[in-house]
Amino acid sequence: MKLLITMVVPLILASAAICGLVRRVDVYGALVQGAGEGLEVTLKILPALVGLLTAVYMLRASGALDLAAAVLGPLLTRVGIPPETVGLMLVRPISGSAALGVGSELITAYGPDSLVGRTAAVMLGSTETTFYTIAVYFGAAGITKSRYAVPAALCADLAGFLAAAWAVRVIFY
Amino acid sequence: MAMAIIWTGMVAVSILCGLLTGRGPAVAAAALDGAAAAVELCLTMAGVLCLWTGVMEIMKRAGLSELLSRLLRPVLRRLYPDFARDGAVMDSIAANVSANLLGLGNAATPLGIQAARLMSRRTPGVASDPLCMLVVCNTASIQLIPTAVAGVRLAAGCAAPFDILPAVWLASALSVCAGILAVKIFGRLWRDGG
Repeated sequence: MKLLITMVVPLILASAAICGLVRRVDVYGALVQGAGEGLEVTLKILPALVGLLTAVYMLRASGALDLAAAVLGPLLTRVGIPPETVGLMLVRPISGSAALGVGSELITAYGPDSLVGRTAAVMLGSTETTFYTIAVYFGAAGITKSRYAVPAALCADLAGFLAAAWAVRVIFY
Repeated sequence: MAMAIIWTGMVAVSILCGLLTGRGPAVAAAALDGAAAAVELCLTMAGVLCLWTGVMEIMKRAGLSELLSRLLRPVLRRLYPDFARDGAVMDSIAANVSANLLGLGNAATPLGIQAARLMSRRTPGVASDPLCMLVVCNTASIQLIPTAVAGVRLAAGCAAPFDILPAVWLASALSVCAGILAVKIFGRLWRDGG
């Protein structure tokens, strides 16, 4: 199982390429074109990350994040969430790049294979930018009465955070 | 505008807190470190991100999205019983979900919006139960391979950046189920106009 997970990347690469060839897709051309789009995405998030990581690094250095973790710590520990991730949970529903900034700072500071680093990574990977998504969808469809969409979506986010912390503990520790 | 307030708040709080705790100089140094770290992070994760968008492009051209949407349709019909017979709506929802699964965010959003527009024709201006379901399902991440996160972990020196995949799938599945359940419960309890 462990080997399979380590090999998941090369296996996906190979199966995508073979699948593509069988379907007569210009596999290499597609790969290069797609990679170019990836570069665009990277360039698009770079400016936002510069702004956000500046603020996040300042917050961490000032001790404000430790303070917030200390205040909310007992409650979060009781439900099994590492208190260090409090900042990530607060910005996650509001901004995708902010969450990526806060999360990457956690992953770098605590190490990618630490409990905090892994929990932050799984939280990032299993939740979305709720408010942005709702605004885009309802804006485009001309919906003004959103009814219970926001509370229901936040329920899903909360469940995602709890589940992320739980899954990391169950699978890795 | 929300981000403007949050960002200003973050900077103001760190200066205030830094001065109160006597860590003013550290805050000043951190401001410059953060900006440099952002560029470094982007450079190191760019490789993984580009590789994956490349692989996703292959999968898209090989027709994997269509295959996925065909497989998803029976499940989606149950999730959106009011629109089960509306071919156009079911098509766009299925394409939206499969694009989300593959992490094709740029493709998923227009498809989802198309579905939302078609669905809103029955209830103009109001988020009906199926519309809430669509939005909630889109706010719960179901991306199978979170590439950006893997890129960040790789940049932080992780030997196996994808070893979190089972945990991500588990957490995503639980989060989506919670969202669907919340929509079902809220849908029963919600009193319109109240």
